[in-house]
Amino acid sequence: MFNTLTVKEAIKKLKAKEISHQELYTDLAKHIASTNEKLNIYLSVDKQVEQKAEKLLDAPLAGIPIAVKDNFLTRELPTTAASNVLIGFMSPYESTVTKKIVAAGAAIIGKTNMDAWAHGSSTETSDFGPTKNPRNPEHLPGGSSGGSAAAVAADVCIGAIGSETAGSVRQPSSWCGVVGLKPTYGRVSRYGVVAMASSTDSPGPIGKTVEDTAILFESMAGRDEKDATTPNKEVPQLSKEIANGVKGIHIGICYTDHPEIGKQQVSQQILEAGKLFEKHGAHVSLVPISEKVEKGKIFTPDFAIGVYTVVQRGEVSSNLARYDGIRYGNDRSFFGAEARRRMMLGTFTLSKGYSEQYYNNAQKVRNLYLQNFQELFEAYDLLISPTTPSYAEKLGASFGSPMYGELEDMLLEPTSISGLPGISVPCFRDEKTNLFLGMNIVASWWQEEKMIQAAHLYEMETPWNTWRNKI
Amino acid sequence: MQSSTKITSDIVSHIAALANIPVTEKESQTLADGFTKVLEVVDTLSTINVSGVDPVGQVTGLENVTREDEIHEERMFTQEEALRNAPRTHNGYFVVDQILDK
Amino acid sequence: MEYMEKQDMNQYETIVGMEIHVELATSSKMFCSCKNDPFGAPKPNMYTCPVCLGLPGALPVPNKKAIEWTIKLGLALGCEIQLYSKFDRKHYFYPDLAKGYQISQYDLPFCRNGLITTELGDVRIHRVHLEEDTGKLQHAMVDGKKVTLVDFNRSSVPLVEIVTEPDIHSGEQAKLFLKKLHQIVRYLGVSSADMEKGSMRLEPNISVRKIGERELPKYKVEVKNINSFNFVKRAIDFETKRHIELLEAGQMPKQETRGYVEGTSSTVSQRSKEEAADYRYFPDPDIPPIRLTEAYVTEIKKTLPELPDSKIERFMKEYGLSSDEAVHITDEKTGADYFESCVSLAQGSFETQNITPTIIARNLINVHEEEMSPKKRIDALLAKAQEKNVDAGVITVAVTLVLGQQTKAIADYKHGKLSALMFLVGMVKKELKGKGDAGIIEQELKKRLS
Repeated sequence: MFNTLTVKEAIKKLKAKEISHQELYTDLAKHIASTNEKLNIYLSVDKQVEQKAEKLLDAPLAGIPIAVKDNFLTRELPTTAASNVLIGFMSPYESTVTKKIVAAGAAIIGKTNMDAWAHGSSTETSDFGPTKNPRNPEHLPGGSSGGSAAAVAADVCIGAIGSETAGSVRQPSSWCGVVGLKPTYGRVSRYGVVAMASSTDSPGPIGKTVEDTAILFESMAGRDEKDATTPNKEVPQLSKEIANGVKGIHIGICYTDHPEIGKQQVSQQILEAGKLFEKHGAHVSLVPISEKVEKGKIFTPDFAIGVYTVVQRGEVSSNLARYDGIRYGNDRSFFGAEARRRMMLGTFTLSKGYSEQYYNNAQKVRNLYLQNFQELFEAYDLLISPTTPSYAEKLGASFGSPMYGELEDMLLEPTSISGLPGISVPCFRDEKTNLFLGMNIVASWWQEEKMIQAAHLYEMETPWNTWRNKI
Repeated sequence: MQSSTKITSDIVSHIAALANIPVTEKESQTLADGFTKVLEVVDTLSTINVSGVDPVGQVTGLENVTREDEIHEERMFTQEEALRNAPRTHNGYFVVDQILDK
Repeated sequence: MEYMEKQDMNQYETIVGMEIHVELATSSKMFCSCKNDPFGAPKPNMYTCPVCLGLPGALPVPNKKAIEWTIKLGLALGCEIQLYSKFDRKHYFYPDLAKGYQISQYDLPFCRNGLITTELGDVRIHRVHLEEDTGKLQHAMVDGKKVTLVDFNRSSVPLVEIVTEPDIHSGEQAKLFLKKLHQIVRYLGVSSADMEKGSMRLEPNISVRKIGERELPKYKVEVKNINSFNFVKRAIDFETKRHIELLEAGQMPKQETRGYVEGTSSTVSQRSKEEAADYRYFPDPDIPPIRLTEAYVTEIKKTLPELPDSKIERFMKEYGLSSDEAVHITDEKTGADYFESCVSLAQGSFETQNITPTIIARNLINVHEEEMSPKKRIDALLAKAQEKNVDAGVITVAVTLVLGQQTKAIADYKHGKLSALMFLVGMVKKELKGKGDAGIIEQELKKRLS
C-alpha cells in the first residue's frame, strides 16, 4: 500500500521511478473511498490530481499528494472553512502557501475538515459534521486542523497542511499520533488563509515523521510581500541538519509541576524525555511554574486562557465582519453557534467602556508572557512540555463547555500568543484505546532548527512513531 | 478577586446589533449566561499587576513594512472574477436591497 | 422667523469644526496594488483584487507614497509629525465597506496641531490621518425593485482626513479656510481635490452658543453631501439660523446628520445619532507599526514647494505686484509658475522696453489663454509695448495740440472731474493714432495741468 509512504520515501521512490504516480494515487483513491464516509476527513477531493501530479515529477516534491485544511484559499477546489457561510465559494485567487507548495511539486489532493472558521479544538464545530479520530473513531481528532491530522494518521494523504492559532496544528497532531509543526509567527505567509486571530495565525505542516514536517516547512516558509507580518529572514533548511542531535544544548521542562497536569501520564512521559535528552548530552532542568514573571521560572499557563480568549475573540469579531453575503457567500444568519458566540464576545470586549478592561489589559498580560519567554530563552535553547493535558476526548465532548478549546490548548496558548515555534511529536500510545499523547517542543523565535533536531532525535529513540517503526 | 462583569440579555442584544448577528430573545439569555461564565475566567487577569506594562498587539517586532506605489495588473481581478461569487449582480455591480443614506 | 429681532441673532456665535476628506492621487490604492482611478474606470468593479474586495484571507500592505504624501500635507499645514504611528481597524457595517471595518488611524495619527490662517481668524488643525476610502453606492430600479448598486473601484483608495478644531465662526470664514486648504493640497500635487468628483469632501459640524459662553455646545449637527465651498457657507448660514430659532424657542437642536439640498440652499435631517457610534477600534494586527525618523521628515520638508502665503509675499516684494494681483496669480501653482516663466523671459526687456512684472501679471489676469506658451505671450506683450513706444517729444507735441483745443475739458478737470482727464488721454491717443502708453500720456497731462 503506497499510501502509507512518508513524504521522504514517496519523493525518493517517485524520482527513482520505483513507483508511478498512477500506483500511488490509485492506492490513495481506494483508501479515501473506503474511509472518508466513516471518518469524514475530506470536504472536497480533486479528481484530476493524478494528472497534475505526473507533471510535477521533476520538482522537489515530485508530485506527492498533500491534504490542505479547508481554510486555505484554492482556485481549483472549493474553500468553505467548514462553514455554511462559504458553501459554494470558489476562490478567484490562490493562497501563498498552496501556491508555494504546488510550485515546489506538491499536488493538492483535497481539502480537509476543520472546526468552522478554525474555532475549536475538536473539529466538532464543523458545519459538515465532525471528523473522527482514525486511531479510535469513537474519539475526536482534535482541532481545529483535525481533518489534516486525521488525514495523515489515516494514510489518506502523504503529508498535510494545517494552520494554528493556539494549538490547532499541535493539539490534533498529538491526539492523532502524528507530528505537527507550528512555525514562528510570521515565518509562513497568512495571505489567502481565512483569518481567525491575525496576530497568532500560523500555517504549519502535519506529517508522519519529523523529517516530513521539515521538508514541507521548507516549501511553505519565507517572506511574502503580500503579508506585511512576514519578515525577510532566511528560511532554515531544517531537513539538512535534522540529525545534529541535542549535545550541549539547554532544555527546560515545563508544566509537569502543574497541580493537575503533573498527575497525568503525559507528564511522566515528558520527564522521561528529559532523561533521554540528558543521555544524549543535553543539559536538562525543570522550569518551575510561577504566578508572576520571575527569572528562571515559567509564568503559569492559567492566565494564557484569559489572554487568548480576549485577543482571539476580539480579532475574530473583526475578521468575520467581512462575511455579509454581498460579494460572496451567504449572509450572516448562516454562521454557526460557535462563530456567533465568539464574534459577540469579541465585540463586547472591544466595545466602548470595556476595551480597556478587557482588550488592552489582555494585551498587557500578553506582554508579560512575551517578556517571560524572552528571559527564559536566554537560559534555555528549548522548552518541552505536554502538548495537551490528556488523550483525545470522546465525540460530543466539546459541546456544553463554552471554553472547551481553551482548556485543551492551555499549554500551547502561552507560546502561541507569544508567536513562538513549536512541534508536537508522539510520546505515548495507550495499548487499550490506541490513543496517543504528544510532547511539545518549543524553541525561541526563528530557531526552528534546534526544535526539529531534538524532535527527530526523540522520534528515532522512542517507539511511539508508528511509521518510523515500519521503516 | 474583584467580581466579574455580568452580561445581561440586554447587553447581548446590544452587542448582537453591533456585530450584525441576528439573535432571538430566547437565545440572548442563554448567550448571556455563557458570556458571563467566560468572563469569570477572563477576569482572573485583573488580579495581575500590569502597571507599567505596554500592551502588545504584534509579536514580530517588525516596523515600516510598506509597498512601493506600483500597480500590479496581474493581481487585479477582471470584472467577471470580482463578481463571480456574488449572489446578486446587475450590469457589473453588486446588488443589495435599497439602503438609506449614511 | 420674521419677528425675530436682529439683536437676538447677534447674541449667538456659530461654532464650526470641519472634517475634510481628500483622496490621494497615488498610482495604486492604499493597501493593495490595484489601480487608483475610480473616476476614470471604464466599468464598475474593474479595479479590484482580494484585498480591496475584502475576500477571505486577503491582507493589507500600506502604500509608502501615501504615507509620505500625508506627512507632506501635514507639514504644509504646519503640523507636528508623530514619529511613531500605526493603523487601526474601525468597525461598522455598510455595503460599501468590504471588510466590515475601515483601516484608519485612531490614537496615533501621522500629524497633529497645525494651523491655517484666514482673514477672519486662525483655524487650528486638530489632526491629519491616513485611511482608506469605501466603495461607492448608487440607487437604482432593477426589475421593478428599488435596489442599491455597489462598485468597489474606489474601495481602499488612500484617503486623508483633516480635522479642524471648532475655530470657524461663520460661513464666510469656512469658505476662506477651505479655499486655502484646497489651494495647499493642489500646490502639493497630492490630490486633484476635485469636489465634483468627490476627491475632496467637506463635512462641517455646526452648533451655536450664546456669545460669552466658554463651553462647547452639547450638540452638533454634521452636514453631508456638500460639493462646493459656497454650499458649505450656505449650509452653515442656514444651520446657524435654524439653531438660533430653536434655541430662542427654548429647544435644544438635535444631534444629527443632515444632508445639504442644493436647490433650496437648506438642509434636511438624514439620521439621528441617538447613541454615539461604537467603532471598536483596535490596532490592525496585519500592519506593523510605522516609525519615522527626523531625517525622513526633514527630507520630506525639503520637497515642499513654496506655499501660497509665502509666494504672495514674495511676488509683492520681488515683482512689485499689488496684493490682489499676487493673490490672483498664485491661485494655482501652475499659474504662479507660468507667471514666473514669463517674467524670466522678459527680464532683459524691463529696462529698455515698456514692460514690467505688473504688466505681465495684469495680462495674465485679463487674458485667459492657458494654452499660450510663456514665450508666445511675452513676444506678444513686447510687440504691443513696442507699438506703444512713442518718442517723448511726439507725445509732448500731441498733448500741446489737444490742450489748445479742449478748453472745456480742462476746466472740468480743474473743477475736480476726473473723467475729463480720461477724455483728454483719449484725445491724445487719437492724435497719436492709437499709439503711446496711456500711463505716460496721463502723467504728461497731469504735469501740464498742475
